[in-house]
Amino acid sequence: MISWLAGHFDALRVAMRRLIAAPVNTLLSLLAIGIALSTPLGGLVLFAATQGIAGSSALPQISVFMTLDTGKNDVVAMESKLKRTQGVDSVRLLTRETTLARMRKTEELAEVIDALPRNPFPDAFVVAPAVAEAAAIEQMAAQLKTWPKVDHVQIDSAWVVRLNAMLRLGKTVLVALSILLGFGLVAIIFSSTRSQVLALKNEIEVSQLLGATNAFISRPFLYVGWLQGLLGGFVAWIIVATLTSALRKPMADLAKLYDVSVVISLPDSVATLTVLAVASALGWVGTTIALRQHLWRSSFNR
Amino acid sequence: MIKFDRVSKRYPHGIDALSDLSIEIADGDLAIVSGHSGAGKSTLLKMITAMEKPTVGTVLVNGQNVGALKDAGLPYYRRNLGIVFQDQRLLFDRSAFDNVMLPLTISGFPSTEAAKRVNAALDKVGLLARAKAMPIALSGGEQQRLAIARAVVNRPKLLIADEPSAHLDARTALDIAQIFIDFHRVGVTVMVSTCDPTFLAAEASCRIALDHGRLTR
Repeated sequence: MISWLAGHFDALRVAMRRLIAAPVNTLLSLLAIGIALSTPLGGLVLFAATQGIAGSSALPQISVFMTLDTGKNDVVAMESKLKRTQGVDSVRLLTRETTLARMRKTEELAEVIDALPRNPFPDAFVVAPAVAEAAAIEQMAAQLKTWPKVDHVQIDSAWVVRLNAMLRLGKTVLVALSILLGFGLVAIIFSSTRSQVLALKNEIEVSQLLGATNAFISRPFLYVGWLQGLLGGFVAWIIVATLTSALRKPMADLAKLYDVSVVISLPDSVATLTVLAVASALGWVGTTIALRQHLWRSSFNR
Repeated sequence: MIKFDRVSKRYPHGIDALSDLSIEIADGDLAIVSGHSGAGKSTLLKMITAMEKPTVGTVLVNGQNVGALKDAGLPYYRRNLGIVFQDQRLLFDRSAFDNVMLPLTISGFPSTEAAKRVNAALDKVGLLARAKAMPIALSGGEQQRLAIARAVVNRPKLLIADEPSAHLDARTALDIAQIFIDFHRVGVTVMVSTCDPTFLAAEASCRIALDHGRLTR
């Protein structure tokens, strides 16, 4: 057991020595891996930030404003008709009196409203659709606009629906991109391992002739691949953390324009550990493929 | 004991390196394989070290059919051999000490015990004082002695050397020959190939002369 551990410790030491011995190559490889990994990690951070917007706002609502000459009976009939309409989840009536009273409570408007000869506000309905699809909501709004006594129809928070749709699309693209970049990472490590095997050809052959097993020869290469993946993951974290800091204020300013709160924060521990674990595993996989191609088929291995 | 039983070796490009070769080398022998360049000496040694497989026939080393060794068993078989390669195959990016340490690291020796063995092997070939030197800083003769130290550090029962006197002056070649004689005297089976008919000629207990892959003596 001690001998086995000592063997692994030696291999790790050799791996670190190999990485340090070629600092420019190592740094460029880590940068390439880091950039490749920063896309999915950055995507996770952005999704976590936008999740708040998408989740906090409820389904979009449709405000239906009646004409000023609409009588009480018409309002009641309208409410009843709306409630029976297919695709409507709930209906809330805002009478013109209620609206006037609410507005009067607003300090800046009170005096203006008192100066008006009559109530300028129409009766209105706040309609909550049962569906979230933007197209269906827009269709419903267009239909309501054709009803008698309806003056104006307005869709509120429609952008949230569009945002949700974009997020769903973005998630799909991000998953596909992550898979592609994962293959890219494997390719980077494969190429790097291949170069190392070619550079160390003499040492490998001598070791084989002196009785080294494939496992003994492979171990330092596998540790190099694992370390490259792991350190590449750290580089990705640093890239994302830097971008997160740089984007925090502009994102908050943008969110303010839409009257929502967006907090873009550093990748959480689960996301960080996941990316590091996946990167290390992919490093190991890339190295294993390269070793199968270029080392285990060595002439002295028969 | 080493036994070649009707062994032939034909390389892929059609050249017959060995033809119908049958030889026996007993434990403790000092065997000299002689012949001109291209006679098949290196091929013969490569079959013992499992670097080549016979096309026909069997090669037995201590009762083990070398040609039939499985991939997994090959490294463990080689650990019982001491091999001095024709081109020495030293690692020039590490010190003399580390070159000799390599077989012990491969075998998983504890480092303290391994260091003692390395120093003993370097002492045996007269290179203890140059343990920290890089191979590039060593003379041709010293490099050859370093290769021998690496071959014997595992204390093998069989020591194989492919043209160890090549490119050496007469005096250095004699020093190298003496090292092989010393190992032979302590019971190690030594097998040396050479183009020089005088190299170890007086001490050899077994002589194998090859010409175009055929045994001439």
